[in-house]
Amino acid sequence: MSTQQAEPESQEAPEDPEMKGAESPAAEEQKGGGMVEEHAEKEAELEGETVHIKVFRYDPEVADKQEPRFDDFHVPFTKGMTVLDSVMYARDEYDSSLTFRHSCRQAVCGSDAFFVNGKQRLGCKTQISDLEQPVRIEPLPHQEVVKDLVVDMDHFYDQMHAVEPYFQDEDTPETDALEEQRQSPENREKIKMSSRCIWCGACMSSCNIAAGDNEYLGPAAINKAYKFAMDDREGEEIKEHRLRILEQEHGVWRCQTQFSCTEVCPKDIPLTEHIQELKREAVKKNLKFW
Amino acid sequence: MSQSYNRGLIEDFGRWKEFSAGMWAWIFHKFTGWMLIGYLFTHIAVLSTSIGAAGNEAAIMAESDVYTTTLQGLEGLFLIRLLEVGLLAVAVFHILNGLRLLMVDLGVGLEAQDKSFYASLVLTGAITVASVPTFLTGVSL
Ligand code: SF4
Ligand code: FES
Repeated sequence: MSTQQAEPESQEAPEDPEMKGAESPAAEEQKGGGMVEEHAEKEAELEGETVHIKVFRYDPEVADKQEPRFDDFHVPFTKGMTVLDSVMYARDEYDSSLTFRHSCRQAVCGSDAFFVNGKQRLGCKTQISDLEQPVRIEPLPHQEVVKDLVVDMDHFYDQMHAVEPYFQDEDTPETDALEEQRQSPENREKIKMSSRCIWCGACMSSCNIAAGDNEYLGPAAINKAYKFAMDDREGEEIKEHRLRILEQEHGVWRCQTQFSCTEVCPKDIPLTEHIQELKREAVKKNLKFW
Repeated sequence: MSQSYNRGLIEDFGRWKEFSAGMWAWIFHKFTGWMLIGYLFTHIAVLSTSIGAAGNEAAIMAESDVYTTTLQGLEGLFLIRLLEVGLLAVAVFHILNGLRLLMVDLGVGLEAQDKSFYASLVLTGAITVASVPTFLTGVSL
């Protein structure tokens, strides 16, 4: 609990009736009819209220923030408010030192994965009215905290790069023989989901195998490798090269199918399924001893 | 530079209330696996020390061989009967979840992995309850 926060319980709730309904959050559209109704009900309940958020604070460079703590903020609720909106409001109105990453605000850039009420979620894709209050907002677990909600992503990026996440071709034709490399619609369909990754790191943070084995490639990197290994346009040899990377000690075999990553991925990528498929590919490759 | 601080168990088992189905399945599978290994060794220890009368016809006829008396003694204990029910539950769950994991490895029905976990739990419960009369007959408390 902070002592330095003003906690304006009900003051300055910017209730602009014109603004209501102006936003139509993507999350709402994805849900089934019943869910939408329920969601609308909860939203109506929160109308004119404030939402209580508890935000993790830590800053090694500021004396009174060296000891990690939670700060409480009461943010006036507006229709369609996301977790990201709430922390932005808290930062803009109450405490400008509150630090977190965000950019696109539409689940595209992958910079605002937080640990919200015990689950890795994208701040901008999570409706605050869907959550139980007080909403606990913490930095991603199993990653080092730089400041407040900002974690060090270097290790995650290293793992992503370790799988050579770019298209490779054995025999790029010389000069003018170059032509478009077409992909069949079926093949495109196969790798479609895997290509949706926005590098948010939620999956890696949720995986307790990755937490215990720092060298484990992790779900996102393996999924990235899947995208290329399953692409027909890359030749056999390159696919084998990719599988050699994946079948190492800290590759696909570390996965123990806990489904934590699949559970939290904001882009609904079937991560466990992809990892399992690569395990089978690796076995098949090694069984070809003739 | 980033600095780490220790969030301790909060990051892991302190969050048990928030675990999802797949995570519980993993924990139970490990737990039952270790239980079964533990049982195996206890089992070997009991049998190998009570086998003294093996091959001794006379002792067997006189119903005084160590093996039979040991087992009868154990079976007379309510606690042992209870543990047997527990052993059955542990083994059944491990088998059922093992089948579930086999399906997961083959890439079959991954969307329903949580449901198959709940199904294993329910089935385990049903089989365990159904076994109680058999395991607990003829034992005095
Ligand atoms: S796989 Fe999903 S959870 Fe993992 S980094 Fe990509 S978008 Fe985020
Ligand atoms: S702000 Fe870009 S993903 Fe949320």
